[in-house]
Amino acid sequence: MEQLLDILRDLHPETDFETETRLVDGGILASFDIVMLITRIEEAFDVVIPAKDIVPEHFNSAKALYALITKIAEQDD
Amino acid sequence: MLFPSWAFLLFLAVLVPVYYLVPKRIQWIVLLLFNAVFVCFAGLLGAVFMAVTVASVYAATRAFDALFTRQRETLAAMKTTHTKEERKKTRLQFEKKRRLILVACLVLNFGILFALKYGAMLGRLSAGLFGGKPFGQDLALTMGISFYTFSTVGYLLDVYRETVPAERNPLKLALFTSFFPLLVQGPITRFETVGKALTAPHAFDGKRFLSASLRIAWGYWKKLIVADRLLVAVKALCARPNVYYGDFIFMEMLLYAACLYADFTGGIDITIGVGEMLGIRIEENFNRPYFSKSISEYWRRWHITLGEWFKRYVYYPLSVSKPMRDLSKATRRFGAGVSRRVPVYLATLLVWALTGAWHGSNLTFLVWGLLNGVVILLSEECKPLYARFHKRFPKLGESAFYRGFAVIRTVLLLSSLRILDCYGTVKDAFSSFFSMFTTWNWGAVFRGGIQSLGLSYTDYAIALFGVLVMFALSMVQRKGTIRKRIMKRGAVFSVCVLLVLIGTILLFGRYGFGFDASQFIYNRF
Repeated sequence: MEQLLDILRDLHPETDFETETRLVDGGILASFDIVMLITRIEEAFDVVIPAKDIVPEHFNSAKALYALITKIAEQDD
Repeated sequence: MLFPSWAFLLFLAVLVPVYYLVPKRIQWIVLLLFNAVFVCFAGLLGAVFMAVTVASVYAATRAFDALFTRQRETLAAMKTTHTKEERKKTRLQFEKKRRLILVACLVLNFGILFALKYGAMLGRLSAGLFGGKPFGQDLALTMGISFYTFSTVGYLLDVYRETVPAERNPLKLALFTSFFPLLVQGPITRFETVGKALTAPHAFDGKRFLSASLRIAWGYWKKLIVADRLLVAVKALCARPNVYYGDFIFMEMLLYAACLYADFTGGIDITIGVGEMLGIRIEENFNRPYFSKSISEYWRRWHITLGEWFKRYVYYPLSVSKPMRDLSKATRRFGAGVSRRVPVYLATLLVWALTGAWHGSNLTFLVWGLLNGVVILLSEECKPLYARFHKRFPKLGESAFYRGFAVIRTVLLLSSLRILDCYGTVKDAFSSFFSMFTTWNWGAVFRGGIQSLGLSYTDYAIALFGVLVMFALSMVQRKGTIRKRIMKRGAVFSVCVLLVLIGTILLFGRYGFGFDASQFIYNRF
């Protein structure tokens, strides 16, 4: 989780990612950010995020995003 | 059937009572029949194209469903008898079959749309290159095809991704595809929300009916008092670039911004209001777009459903596709910054080229789309600069002055790009735009110039009043919807507001004999 928070903070240093739950709905993460974020997550966690999982509910909070990464990693195993 | 027509009002006046008087379980069938009347009224050819879309998407989604079921059963049976590699091979075979069906269905549906949108243009191009008579000059878009194709293909892709189940009843899919208010100018809707709501039973609710009437009346107000009035001047300005240049173009930018807003949002107000009258909630397509502080923000608040469609079905899938990942990896030697930007840049430019192409076959739309993409990418790249600026001047960034400046800057920028929408050629659009900086002719504008555009001073005064009302209401909307507040004050007050809206439309609207109620601008896309 800490690794993910570092990536997110690097993208938007001004945001408190531990508490924010409206990253997409609140306009903090735009589509541009989401693609950059996915590229960095895939590099860091060695997972492939499929297009069908790129929906606001998975990207609205760091917690939800981490749950998605964990789920994909488990499926790959 | 135009929204601003007596035929449409009569259609609605018959539909609503019939819809609520029949047993609830057959409400959706009544709605389907009325949709069929609406579609056939617009032309039988359009009805044929729509039937092809419904039949092909229904067949494809049912096939996906069957293949998913067979895949699950086959893989379950193979679990103990076959290796992981063999199971993976079987899964890939099923995936391949589904992909083939998907591609065939996409080619068919986008093929129809492409032929109707670009057929005439390709015919002229071919005649220019190879001689002979240009083919396809009779091809024209049929009612709502750009909108229902996107909505229905969205459903097709959702079933393909297994995020929504396939609908078993083809008539229910036909109902979703042909829902008449959406055929005029969208919005692009999703089957899992609007499709499901259309077939659910709906009881009559007087309050909801009144609230919906307010929204419909407000839509007509914007369309008939502001949009149709300003459209006369905008058309006159665009038609003669050799006469109207210099400061006329600045005026054209502002008039077109107001006209397009009143026209498109007015039409969507009517659409959403009609849906609400029938108990069906339709997605919002706008969120006070002219208060955006950047072009990216503006595109999240204007024609929201088209942007969401492109994001969901083109931008994200393309950005994370295997070729894009490979390209990103191949560019790593130029640094992480470059390799991470490659998918974003390519996908952004492609989506904007497609957005431009969706709007029309003219080259001006393609250039408009690409310029939007370039501006968005440039502003993304400038973000660190903005951050440094705001860090240096923290109070300025938060001030009302700076926010106002950012809003005006955005409106001027998007209005400048929209100049491409006004002219037939890119050359005319660019030369008209740049003439603003080379010709100072405000004198000509106000010495009778504005009176030569088909509007009287009274018309300008009424349009200006309309724009000020729209602006004031948008400001009030920051604290929530105005309709809710009106409705809270009771039925008598709400009816009074409705009567004021209707009264002002009757007094100041452009309708009736001598006026030609125009179709919505977005209906041509």
